[in-house]
Amino acid sequence: MLHIYCPHCAEYRVEEEFHAVGQAHIARPLDPEACSDQEWGEFLFFRKNPRGLHHELWVHAAGCRKFFNMTRDTQSYEIKEVYKIGEQPSFVASPAQQQTTSGAQS
Amino acid sequence: MTQQNRLNNGGRIDRSTPLTFTYNGKKYKGYKGDTLASAMLANGIDVVARSFKYSRPRGIVAAGAEEPNAVLQLGATEATQVPNVRATQQELFDGLVSASTNGWPSVDTDIMGVIGKIGGNMMPPGFYYKTFMFPESLWDTYESMIRKAAGIGRAPREKDPDTYDTINQHCDVMIVGAGPAGLAAALTAARGGARVIIADEQNEFGGSLLNGTEKLDGKPASEWIHAVVEELSTYDDVILLPRSTVNGYHDHNFLTIHERRTDHLADIAPVNMTRQRMHRVRAKWVVLATGAHERPLVYANNDVPGCMITGAVSAYINRYSVVPGNDLVVMTTNDYGYQAALDWADAGRNVVAIVDTRDAAIGDRIEAARQRGLNIILGSAVIEVQGTKRVTGVSVAALNSDGTKVVGSVTKLKADTVATSGGWSPVIHLSCHTGSRPVWSDSVVGFLPGPTPQKQLTAGGTNGQYETSTALQEGLDAGQKALANISLTAVEVVLPKVETLKVAAPMSLFHIPHLKPTSQAPKQFVDYQTDVTAAGIEIACREGFEAIEHVKRYTAMGFGTDQGKLGNINGMAVAAKALNKSIPETGTTIFRPNYTPIAFGAIIGRNCGALFEPERYTAMHKWHVEQGAMFEDVGQWKRPWYFPKDGESMQQTLNRECLAVRNAVGILDASTLGKIDIQGKDAREFLGRVYSNAWAKLAVGKCRYGLMCGEDGMVFDDGVTACLGENHFLMTTTSGGAAHVYEWLEIYHQTEWPELEVYFNTVTDHWSTATITGPNSRKLLEELTDFDVTNDNFRYMDWKQITVAGVPARVFRISFTGELSFEINVQANYGMAVWEKLIEAGDKHGLTPYGTETMHVLRAEKGFIIAGQDTDGSVHPFDLGMGWCVSNQKPFSYIGKRGMSRSDCVRENRKQLVGLKTKDPKQVIPEGSAAVLDPKAPMPMPIEGHISSSYWSESLGHSIAMGFIKGGLDKMGDTVYYPLADGTVIEAEICSPIFFDPKGERQNV
Repeated sequence: MLHIYCPHCAEYRVEEEFHAVGQAHIARPLDPEACSDQEWGEFLFFRKNPRGLHHELWVHAAGCRKFFNMTRDTQSYEIKEVYKIGEQPSFVASPAQQQTTSGAQS
Repeated sequence: MTQQNRLNNGGRIDRSTPLTFTYNGKKYKGYKGDTLASAMLANGIDVVARSFKYSRPRGIVAAGAEEPNAVLQLGATEATQVPNVRATQQELFDGLVSASTNGWPSVDTDIMGVIGKIGGNMMPPGFYYKTFMFPESLWDTYESMIRKAAGIGRAPREKDPDTYDTINQHCDVMIVGAGPAGLAAALTAARGGARVIIADEQNEFGGSLLNGTEKLDGKPASEWIHAVVEELSTYDDVILLPRSTVNGYHDHNFLTIHERRTDHLADIAPVNMTRQRMHRVRAKWVVLATGAHERPLVYANNDVPGCMITGAVSAYINRYSVVPGNDLVVMTTNDYGYQAALDWADAGRNVVAIVDTRDAAIGDRIEAARQRGLNIILGSAVIEVQGTKRVTGVSVAALNSDGTKVVGSVTKLKADTVATSGGWSPVIHLSCHTGSRPVWSDSVVGFLPGPTPQKQLTAGGTNGQYETSTALQEGLDAGQKALANISLTAVEVVLPKVETLKVAAPMSLFHIPHLKPTSQAPKQFVDYQTDVTAAGIEIACREGFEAIEHVKRYTAMGFGTDQGKLGNINGMAVAAKALNKSIPETGTTIFRPNYTPIAFGAIIGRNCGALFEPERYTAMHKWHVEQGAMFEDVGQWKRPWYFPKDGESMQQTLNRECLAVRNAVGILDASTLGKIDIQGKDAREFLGRVYSNAWAKLAVGKCRYGLMCGEDGMVFDDGVTACLGENHFLMTTTSGGAAHVYEWLEIYHQTEWPELEVYFNTVTDHWSTATITGPNSRKLLEELTDFDVTNDNFRYMDWKQITVAGVPARVFRISFTGELSFEINVQANYGMAVWEKLIEAGDKHGLTPYGTETMHVLRAEKGFIIAGQDTDGSVHPFDLGMGWCVSNQKPFSYIGKRGMSRSDCVRENRKQLVGLKTKDPKQVIPEGSAAVLDPKAPMPMPIEGHISSSYWSESLGHSIAMGFIKGGLDKMGDTVYYPLADGTVIEAEICSPIFFDPKGERQNV
């Protein structure tokens, strides 16, 4: 069971207090009407499923109810960092892993 | 009855406390300090089970968690039945009742044994898959027959009288195992000031030291153990947990410990004690000192009772003062096997021979045996055992140097016990639970813990270090390392002096060859509990199963309740040989929690019965119960479903309730509707973005219905939102959707539009809602308020802050029935009082309470949708014929707008919500029925849509239904057919879903 540091509460809490919401950093297009069906479909449905580092959106659902981002290794379940909405991760996947991920997508 | 195998002195049993226990209906004696297994062996009980597939007699093999055969059913009464108890881990108590789980009429005279001898040959690996595959419909029958024959334990049929609980723990250092390594680690960590938990599955600490005769500082090991435990118990921050199995090592150093608090005392826990407890521990560092399990060797007829592992023989002699036989043959690939022969000889019984598979070996234990004059046969093996219910003799033959072939002639020896040691397998289970792969070591001849991201240290047997001196040192080192890792200073610990014995290299041998090829030799068992043989594994490999995980599933190796603790490495070795690979190339199967079986009670703890799932009640719940309401679960809410009067059927009740609303007035407890308080200067803008319709002009004091869509344009919730103030709104949601909607608002605010100044608060439980609806509702409300509630002063879709029954109330004039309605919201703690006043005053107006089912009928008569019933994530507002609730004039591209304009959403022939009127007005189409155009079309018929809501309408005198039909909005008047499972077909006409008061006049009066 994961032990998660909530960047808003500034405390480690048990996983049961949190919900994973999915991939982080998926911005809603500023002008949805300008999107083609394909672009809108990609925004809506297409998600990464990497083996290794992944950026995820979590919510401290049974706590402060605030959303935050997490960089997590999907293989070892290590949490590399948590950071607030609007901030950027400091851990990013190696080019090799990124290649594998994008390769798997195409 | 005498304990024929009990020695007169020694051991860790208390001869002054004799205990009586029952096994298969017969009474036996044992002593305090016995396990059930040691007491059974003391009494000379050889057969404890019949095997799973072949029904062969089986005896006790081991002395710990790895025991595969002595898995018994416990319990003196039906309610206290416990299945899958390893007799080797169950402490004896007075009055213990146990039984073997298979064998008919008994394990001793088993009729299946005869059948098994014949049938067994017809049960190759994969037998179940091959034989019971078809017809699928009979699988349930097969399964229950197989389970019965196989003798798997059973759960009690009555309620468990005991309580179980759960406790959350935190510590600096969690030490798993209290053998020499674990105790040294605990002592070090505790002295250094760390918060320590040390857990061990046995009743007393000491681990392997309890089973041997080794001296520490020249004194019995028990003295050192006692001193350490004494010291540990003086520290406030040290928790000692005996009888506690660390069953799971989960992510981020989270461990689950299964503590058996009273299983050693009696059948039922003493008053005010929980029987078992689950500790949920978050540890900064973990020290695994889990020791090792001995491997038996695989040889012909190695399952005959009397075949054991050498360590178990030593444990029974030294710890329990029980010698499980008279004439012993030891077969070993390593020095440790000699110890059993030495202990056996010390107990004054006959050691027939020590058969060492190595050609030559020089070690202190071997030398000791030689000096004792024991018969040592080198370079040989026990290739076969004679006997059925007990070993009567063995066949010994010389092997070639790598142990792959029998080379010498066969000598027969008389013996009743065969103890084998194929070496030791480190107990690596916990280190593998979080996904770490173990690493093979040629020198240890076993798998060692692999690299892991967990904050984990290992010491002693789990590292393949079996000498006590090394285990102690590794424990101390792990303790110091843990202290350093949590920034505490190292401490001084003086370890006791232990004689270090010289040990020769073990031979890597698992499967003893026979004169005949494996497939023709007598059965050589790898996994006793699932009856998997070496020949079976070879067949699996021959049939093309190359991955060890596939071999496991095909043969069922390691599938028993022992999870293959004894046999898995041997099985991998046999598979590796058959596949011509090395063991590391073959790899291991994956270890998963739990390490040993655990009672469901301990998992669920207190969360059973009334605490199994939270139930939410409205403030008026008690009243509903008193009125005899039937309840329906909506989310976690208990909502009144309908209020039957004496002798009424459900349909009769609904008819009465519906007519009351249409003709007089009804009252509904609507408190469960989700309510979200929304404030801030951008609240209005925010509403415009999350609802599909317009909110810019909603005036204070007005309400509006809204549809909420996902980015894909599909409806997921709906409800009425009231404008309480210029920057203040109250949103209502469906009862089951409140939490989701709330999170939906938050995620958009926090992640997409943080610049909007808006705040959300869930206020569902703060308010009680009594909805009065029907032509008499105004007259009723007038009795309880001075406010002018006439149509001129209080318009449809208005809300007013007024006083009802002396209580401040927000009254919403909105309607979900099509009738004149008032939704009276009061602070929840006034809910019951106002409700009772309404009931009292309502009597003369024909006030009738109704539940959710009548609410559904009434709304369906009006064609109002229920989100989640008439929507399923694939319908957008236009599909519902609710384009009126979509505003494309809004400047901001609200959620759902772009989704609704995708090409698929605007194509022709989408399924659209329509009304359906059956040709026979009495027929009610079952919900979910599929619509076809031609009921005589060949199957599979093209499906045009389905029914989402369907009821009998007493007010209209005919059935009503809502459903989806492809292009339905353009097919008014067309006929569709609903073929049912029983072969009949219901004919219906497509119509408007608004069946009642189509002009909507009744709600406006």
